[in-house]
Amino acid sequence: MEPLEIAEKIKEIFPSEVREIREFRGQVSVTVKKDRIKELMRYLHKTPEMGFDYLRDLCGVDYLGKRDDRFEVVYHLYSINHRHMIRIKAIVSEEDCSIESVTDIWKGAGWHERECFDLFGIRFNGHPDLRRILLPEDWEGHPLRKDYPLKSDLGENEWKGIKEVIETAEKNRIYEIK
Amino acid sequence: MKPETAELKTKELTINMGPQHPATHGVLRLVLQLDGETVVKCTPYIGYLHRGIEKLAENRTYLSTIPLTDRLDYISSMSNNVGYAVAVEKLFGIEAPERAKYIRTIVAEMTRISSHILWLATHALDIGAMTVFLYSFREREWILDLFEMVCGARLTTSFARIGGVRNDITQEFIDSLYEFTLQFPKRIEEYETLIDQNRIWLKRTKDIGVISAEEAINWGLTGATLRGSGVNYDVRKFAPYDAYDKVEFDVPLGTKGDVYDRYRCRMEELRQSNRIIKQCLEQLPRGPILAPDAPKFTLPPKHKILNDMEAMIHQFVLITKGPMSAPKGEVYVATEVPKGELGYYFVSDGTGRPYRMRLRAPSFVHASVLPRLCEGALIADVIANIGTIDIVLGECDR
Repeated sequence: MEPLEIAEKIKEIFPSEVREIREFRGQVSVTVKKDRIKELMRYLHKTPEMGFDYLRDLCGVDYLGKRDDRFEVVYHLYSINHRHMIRIKAIVSEEDCSIESVTDIWKGAGWHERECFDLFGIRFNGHPDLRRILLPEDWEGHPLRKDYPLKSDLGENEWKGIKEVIETAEKNRIYEIK
Repeated sequence: MKPETAELKTKELTINMGPQHPATHGVLRLVLQLDGETVVKCTPYIGYLHRGIEKLAENRTYLSTIPLTDRLDYISSMSNNVGYAVAVEKLFGIEAPERAKYIRTIVAEMTRISSHILWLATHALDIGAMTVFLYSFREREWILDLFEMVCGARLTTSFARIGGVRNDITQEFIDSLYEFTLQFPKRIEEYETLIDQNRIWLKRTKDIGVISAEEAINWGLTGATLRGSGVNYDVRKFAPYDAYDKVEFDVPLGTKGDVYDRYRCRMEELRQSNRIIKQCLEQLPRGPILAPDAPKFTLPPKHKILNDMEAMIHQFVLITKGPMSAPKGEVYVATEVPKGELGYYFVSDGTGRPYRMRLRAPSFVHASVLPRLCEGALIADVIANIGTIDIVLGECDR
């Protein structure tokens, strides 16, 4: 199916969920509300004419200050049989920062969701093992949020290891620059 | 009389494998719970190489992210560069000239050969076949020398540019590479005679780490790891980019989905890559190597920067501020890198920097399937399983 057809079909079946359909460079994204996301995903996975058996990617996007609802969880779905693709974007607000997990539809979603939780702080309800994945367990904050600074602003409270590294580097310097 | 062993109690043992372990191909840590020699539970821990490339990319111009892509899968940086360039070109709606497309196809396939050779060498070394390691590094050296000839670096190449490539390939490069394509099929046979029928190799790889086709798709596996299970999915065929629609090649498939089938797939892929390079060299068209019709996005040629005021200003703006009129929108573009499907997802808000850049790294997905492959298997097969999914932790952790 053509991507726009798929989008129309989704709108036909979930009329109250679909907020927006947008096409750019031949790729179609469907923005939906998050409440019935799992039902929608199961529909896309199970229906033979859709046949989205392969979850290409799952990630979060932070629209701080640009939209009312801050986050989006973006699903890229692909059907290996039909060779078509669709992008589903679920809106997640900052106050209720959680969404249903899709791990029991696609097992591969497990780590993607953990990463999204780690870097954006979006909780995935029903995920079997929702822990931080790339950062240490005791890390504070979620680095891919737009209000997370690129360079540390901790000053004196900086992780003590960094001081050691700088001091050792100073001590072991071979060449003096005059 | 009762045998004495009936009185003995057994207890599950937890052992820690990595992060520094020669067989984990990087800094991967596995916590294994063992019942005798059987793995009951396997928990991977990653993130030791996390450098926040996605966050960094949000604060850099499109052009200055190219060196970061080298450091994803650091043994196939050419493919990552090419994938990045293809994705940004799609976002900007520009097209690279024919010659650049062919050159990018050539270097991407050379990378595939070098990556697969390195995979074969280390995988065989882990399982216990040492000799093939020495043989395969001979060919890898040749390819790295060619990379050095074309861009001055062996690993961190940064060769592809948005709308083309950094510089043209020379006749010397073409001659040497053509010689390579003639010799390489014999070299693949050499590797195969070493391990293909080797009884130890067969025992260690056949019926180990089996994953069915449906399951492999469900886990999101790609590349040779997926094709070993018999699923015909290759981005180069499904959504051709660069010059892949102009060359002939086959997609090798496995049947059973075990370690041996994935090994066979990668060996066949070496032959197919060789075939693609040969065809590209024979068809290589003449012409420019950077898109001349997209001055807002591509850097002007070097000789113009030195002589032409306008070109110099133009280059300065592109480097410091990025393209001034990037379109608003979002694209997801996948390319087939040696490890699998590398996807770039860009959200652009019209400024010179991407609002969000997401990397769908094949190694990350492949590492997530490790518990599925290892649980219930023997501890010795953990090594074979880590090898067969072909992960590089630089890409896994980003």
